[in-house]
Amino acid sequence: MRHATPIATGLTLIASAASAETLTVYAPDYFASEWGPGPAIAEAFAAATGHEVAYVTGDLLPRLRLEGDATSADVVIGLDTANMEAARATGLFAPHGVDTSDLDMPVEWADDTFLPFNWSHAAFVHDVDRLAEAPDSFAALLEAPDDLRIVVQDPRASVSGLALALWVHEVFGDGAADAWAALADNVVTVTAGWSEAYGLFTEGEADMVLSFTTSPAYHMIAEGDDTVRAAIFPEGHYLMVETAALVAEAPNAAAARAFMDFVLDPAFQAVIPTGNWSFPAKAAGPLPDGFDRLALPERVLAYTPEGAEAARAAAVAAFEEGMAR
Amino acid sequence: MLVGPLLAVAWRAEGWGGLRASDWAALRFTLGQAAVSAALSVLLAVPVARALARRAFPGRGAVILLLGAPFILPTIVAVLGLVAAFGRSGWLGALGVEADVYGPQGIVLAHVFLNMPLAVRLLLQGWAAVPGERLRLAASLGMGPADVFRTVEWPMLRAVVPGVALVIFLLCTTSFAVVLTLGGGPRATTVELAIYQAFRFDFDLGRAAMLAGLQLALGAVAALATLRLALPGGPGAGLDRAHRRWDAGGRWLRAQDALAVALACAFLLGPMAAVLGGGLGALADLPASVWAAALRSLAVAVAAAVLTAAVALPMALAVARGRSWVELVGTLAVTASPLVLGVGLYVLILPVANPVAWALPVTAGVNVALSVPFALRALIPAMRDLEAGHGRLAEALGMRGRTWLRLVALPRLARPLGYAMGLAAALAAGDLGVIALFARPGDATLPLALYQLMGSYRLEEAKAAALILVAMSLGLFWIMERGARWRS
Repeated sequence: MRHATPIATGLTLIASAASAETLTVYAPDYFASEWGPGPAIAEAFAAATGHEVAYVTGDLLPRLRLEGDATSADVVIGLDTANMEAARATGLFAPHGVDTSDLDMPVEWADDTFLPFNWSHAAFVHDVDRLAEAPDSFAALLEAPDDLRIVVQDPRASVSGLALALWVHEVFGDGAADAWAALADNVVTVTAGWSEAYGLFTEGEADMVLSFTTSPAYHMIAEGDDTVRAAIFPEGHYLMVETAALVAEAPNAAAARAFMDFVLDPAFQAVIPTGNWSFPAKAAGPLPDGFDRLALPERVLAYTPEGAEAARAAAVAAFEEGMAR
Repeated sequence: MLVGPLLAVAWRAEGWGGLRASDWAALRFTLGQAAVSAALSVLLAVPVARALARRAFPGRGAVILLLGAPFILPTIVAVLGLVAAFGRSGWLGALGVEADVYGPQGIVLAHVFLNMPLAVRLLLQGWAAVPGERLRLAASLGMGPADVFRTVEWPMLRAVVPGVALVIFLLCTTSFAVVLTLGGGPRATTVELAIYQAFRFDFDLGRAAMLAGLQLALGAVAALATLRLALPGGPGAGLDRAHRRWDAGGRWLRAQDALAVALACAFLLGPMAAVLGGGLGALADLPASVWAAALRSLAVAVAAAVLTAAVALPMALAVARGRSWVELVGTLAVTASPLVLGVGLYVLILPVANPVAWALPVTAGVNVALSVPFALRALIPAMRDLEAGHGRLAEALGMRGRTWLRLVALPRLARPLGYAMGLAAALAAGDLGVIALFARPGDATLPLALYQLMGSYRLEEAKAAALILVAMSLGLFWIMERGARWRS
């Protein structure tokens, strides 16, 4: 028996090498980079199934549309509520076939094409050393004195910026443009992406920045700094869900299917909290220390994919109109 | 290289919805801010370049090298630097000065910060190309500084300034992250942002192509108008000797020049020091992958520099021999929307190969196209003087091809050529355009690694990466310029 294990291991290795495929996964830059969850997930996936993962980064949806049926993607990871419907319309995706009845999410998830892997809420983040008392509601933020300086992202160029536009649209409805106009006095500037905005905030240029309820976890866990907080608004917070989807004509179909089955696996989900700094869709156990201290909203504003697609143009138009007043 | 990608994007368009009212507003805004930025960049560069041209002081070479740095900064680093100097939390704020950097003034500030160095260097090339004999003649005629300016320097400026201003104007028309971030909101919407939105959110390739085409057409009109304004410099060639300035001895002039250089150093180097200094501490924490990315950027940079020289030299010669349309084509590359260029190349490569595998060569290629306009600005005045002064003699002696290149052209073009190659190398090293569109993580260049670090909360490490980037770009610059001068 003592010799049986190495032999068995060897056989397993040979067997998996014979069927091992290299899976092409399209992912956002922050996901696949060395500082994102991508590499650890690829390693865990290879250990579990023998398949390698090759990430390709960049704009997901525009690239898929350019490539169409010729795409070399097997799996696309990182599409969120705001662009799911447009992604579905490409007709490139197949049902994920994974059971989503037992997720750790603030909403029921019924979509059969897009499989959630993590989530967070859009939120304004501040540092208590610089701003002791943040506005306690969205309405209070709009009425805040002009010396409260916030920095946000442009909904025309950034995913988180679009999240804010949809958030404002949901909270203020027809008054969205007025809300933007009221917010404009406090907006120091609008950046093209999350990185620029967060950089300006870190450098002390703004008191608050549009980010996520999970952002303080990074500062608590990675930097041992618990002065960064998310302001919680009773009007509710936009729920940002990121998903994985299976390409119907995936060149490496078996590996792609295996990857989809792996998304809710504890080995994948355990990487999410401190890899992507957000909540796992199906927690692999207790979350790391620090996540329990995050301030979270009681009320969650969750768009359906169709609802987000229908609201998108009006939400962005309200931003353009209100901010230009 | 310019029109191909644009047509490729247009070809893939699924519909032609036309332009919106907001697109026209974006166009007006784009042109306006670019014009002001270009005018101010050149205007402020003249006294600085003049001071550097007529003074010799210890460390002058280092000052000239360092002053070039802002031009090659990734925009996000430049913005953070400007904010560190002029923002609320910055040095001015610490001095109690309430300056608001967000708004139209912020855009102009940033564009002057980024582009004045280019103007200084290109004007300096112009000054260096003034034959010493003219200054000697002026001195022997007893001319004072004002007369020298009128008879020697002004004709040179009239020949060089329009082209320099044009390049900066065109450069500012495609800027968008800087404009948006320092412009303070959607009022500061440029055409490039509209293109970005059309592509990323609306996937309206028709509109993206139309906007890019419009931008290109306006660039062409501006280029035609400006290049017509440029007059040839003064007559007569020199013997390529070093200059001595007899007209700049006065104490008042010395003080004026010292002030110009000191102010330029404070304005250009202050923000850089502010942001890069923050990266010093994190330098040791950078993982090996960032250094590997730096090596990749280095390779791209060297390739781009060599190719730029190979492309720009014959173009500059053609222009000097009267084919001015070459100058127009070469200059327009700078108006090409980086996004449309990238997407167009993606569409073009897609049927024949996997574009992702070609990310690095394509990055080098795109940067050659984007560097040629600057290379031409540096080379054309020198090439014109060369043709005017030595063209006939070389012709009479039957010097052509390699012999001409070795004995006539290279020794006299070494400075502008070295500068052009250094600039191409630095631009390619710092470019994020194409690589961000189609990359695999294993192919990350240094600027991409920088953005990835920023995208995962690691601002200090991102600053350290920026520090490496600037050091590498300046090193390349220095080597190329030195190498070219040494060879002559």
